[in-house]
Amino acid sequence: MAQKVSKDYWSKIMRGPPYYGDMLHPILKKNYGKWKYHEHVKPGVVKYVAESGDVLYTVKAAIPKILSVDTVRVLCDIADKYSDGYLKFTSRHAAQFLITDESKIDPLIDELESKGFPVGGTGKSFKPIIHTIGWNHCHTAIYDAPGLAKAISDELFEYWKKPDLPAKLKIALACCLNMCGAIHCSDIAIVGLHRTPPVVDDEIVSKFCEIPSTIAGCPTFALKPKVLGPGKRSIEVDPKKCMGCGNCYSVCPGMKIFNPKYDCLSIWVGGKIPDSKTPPKFSRLIIPYVPNNPPRWPEVTEIVKKIVDLWRKHARPDERIGEWIERIGWERFFKLAGLEFTEKHIDTYLFSVRDFRSSTQFKWE
Amino acid sequence: MSLELNIDELKKELEKKPWLIEELKKGPWPGFITEYERMAARKEITKRMMCQLELSYRNRTTLWKHGGAVTVKGYGGGVIGRYSMIPEIGPPSGSHTFRVNQPAGWFYKTDKLRAICEVWEKYGSGLMNLHGSTGDIILLGVDSPEVQECFENLLDVGYDLGGSGSVLRSLSCCKGPALCEWALIDTLDLYHDLTMTYQDYLHRPHWPYKFKIKISGCPNDCVAAKGRADLAVIGTWRDEIQIDQEEVRNYVKSGLDIEHIVKNCPTKAMSWDGNELKIDNKECVRCMYCINKMPKALKPGKDRGATLLLGGKATILHTAFIGWVIVPFMKIEKPYKELKELLEKMWDWWDEHGRYRERIGELVYRLGMNEFLRAVGLPAVPQMVWHPRNNPYIFWRPEELE
Repeated sequence: MAQKVSKDYWSKIMRGPPYYGDMLHPILKKNYGKWKYHEHVKPGVVKYVAESGDVLYTVKAAIPKILSVDTVRVLCDIADKYSDGYLKFTSRHAAQFLITDESKIDPLIDELESKGFPVGGTGKSFKPIIHTIGWNHCHTAIYDAPGLAKAISDELFEYWKKPDLPAKLKIALACCLNMCGAIHCSDIAIVGLHRTPPVVDDEIVSKFCEIPSTIAGCPTFALKPKVLGPGKRSIEVDPKKCMGCGNCYSVCPGMKIFNPKYDCLSIWVGGKIPDSKTPPKFSRLIIPYVPNNPPRWPEVTEIVKKIVDLWRKHARPDERIGEWIERIGWERFFKLAGLEFTEKHIDTYLFSVRDFRSSTQFKWE
Repeated sequence: MSLELNIDELKKELEKKPWLIEELKKGPWPGFITEYERMAARKEITKRMMCQLELSYRNRTTLWKHGGAVTVKGYGGGVIGRYSMIPEIGPPSGSHTFRVNQPAGWFYKTDKLRAICEVWEKYGSGLMNLHGSTGDIILLGVDSPEVQECFENLLDVGYDLGGSGSVLRSLSCCKGPALCEWALIDTLDLYHDLTMTYQDYLHRPHWPYKFKIKISGCPNDCVAAKGRADLAVIGTWRDEIQIDQEEVRNYVKSGLDIEHIVKNCPTKAMSWDGNELKIDNKECVRCMYCINKMPKALKPGKDRGATLLLGGKATILHTAFIGWVIVPFMKIEKPYKELKELLEKMWDWWDEHGRYRERIGELVYRLGMNEFLRAVGLPAVPQMVWHPRNNPYIFWRPEELE
């Protein structure tokens, strides 16, 4: 399709992102690389002091994950009024305002709260949930992560406002195994699962799919070619070998793996990324099946709340969920949480043996 | 099973009030349904996206089809095609996603944000993420005829697309030296320099699959580089932690439980005698724990650089990996020649040997670290492993026998 482009188009493309140097508040430019220390002033507010003696306060506010241009403009208005026309967003998608005049902090907080952007999230608090886009805008979403993120964030809201958890709490959600974003190393992770193999739509597979690469892409060799007639081919699935990864559906829309009746959510805990104290860890399965129950997934939010409550009650200061569980042992964690340990919790795939305990050391109650 | 979609019945479902998604307007956390409502009042595409979302909630399934090939002239990535399964109700001619490359560290001047809002209100749904998981500004929902013109307007206000598909994905970095005393490398400059150097790799698919570079200024790794980046660049240091004893005492005076911190040091490298904090730097593993607890009193050392880790990724296909060390320490200084040479050697090797949809970490797993190290010219060092191998299946090359 011949599209018309403007005359100077070819010289305009490949320009790259806006230059960060043009986006920095003058106080950040002046003290670039010369910050001395920071301290927590109150929930949501951090004070930064530079070697030059300059002082800057950041005020962190929660924002909707899906924003209208109207709301972005409201954030800009607030930044114009209080932080000299500059703002930043954090790596977990909160808005941060940069204040040089201490007397503006409280009026800013009042305005943010009154406009629906609650201030908090510093220190040992519940951080904004990292999640995928779900039914809002994705073809492989088993559940709607934005909806569940909203429901969980409501449930844990007090810990956004008040940093008195044992350590940071980072939750991440993925609607399917593609896991856009790093959810596999989170304190609590929730992943959508398929429990049934794909139903092959021969019509679509024969017309639209590259059959050899779809078959080659199956990690468990569960697919083989099927001849429908002269020059017409499709794919056959061995249901016993299918582990529901959805890779075939990703590359071929005829491999219909969605099954709203049986698809489910699963809950994983204990991952972390920073190297502080202990090295990074993967999140581990605690519940393989929770029903996909929109609009607010009460079964999931109840479990999340329960895990957080247990962690608050039993963890020592500075222990992330995974560090706490490793100290007390998984057997005690399952007992404390009243969770059933089943064969589903034991890995059956390529790297399973690294998880098996080759020891006679146990804790008995 | 395949969902039976009866358009008349779906239309009838929408007449039943209240809608399920209204439930998400309850509660104290900022919700997104009112964001839809704002835009739906004046944009037809957004109204249709919202109707479709409600039907997904009712039927517990997505109603988006696989993306078709949607792109802008001269690029192979950056736009993700998105079509409705129910175009009679949802967006009729596509609702594509733009990934727009973010400024380093997600810092903005408000006029720059307002400019993108203006373009997006004119051409798209008016809905966006600040930001998506990879780091880009995500613009959600533009119909096919508007894609090219919308892109040109984004160029005119100073933005460009990010990566999608088998390209160098948009990089991410932490706020670094702009607003953090722990920035051990200039994350923002490295982000911008690499992004500009590799524009061609970012916009035009060259490789077996995606490649992600994420840059964190210190081992706290605020952008989760280790968990997801094919190459994670993590700032670190080699010499001694800088201690201000007076500030240590001030922390203790103001109630800090220093014994707790000493006890939690993973290598027991600290001691406190009631007056002075001692750190045995030979035993320190530079985890950041004590520095995090006492930013006023403790600082990383002065011999600064980065650790490079390779292979972080999510599960698909065989397993998730947390990145592993390939270079324990590299000086990271403009123009970043050593890092760029290594990157280019890695890409050449991966491009030559990688299978379709195989990330570089999976390739290293399949062919072996030894093959990788030899190909890119890196020495094997003990910091690369938790412990040496325990199996005797060693590959010897003929020239090694004499």
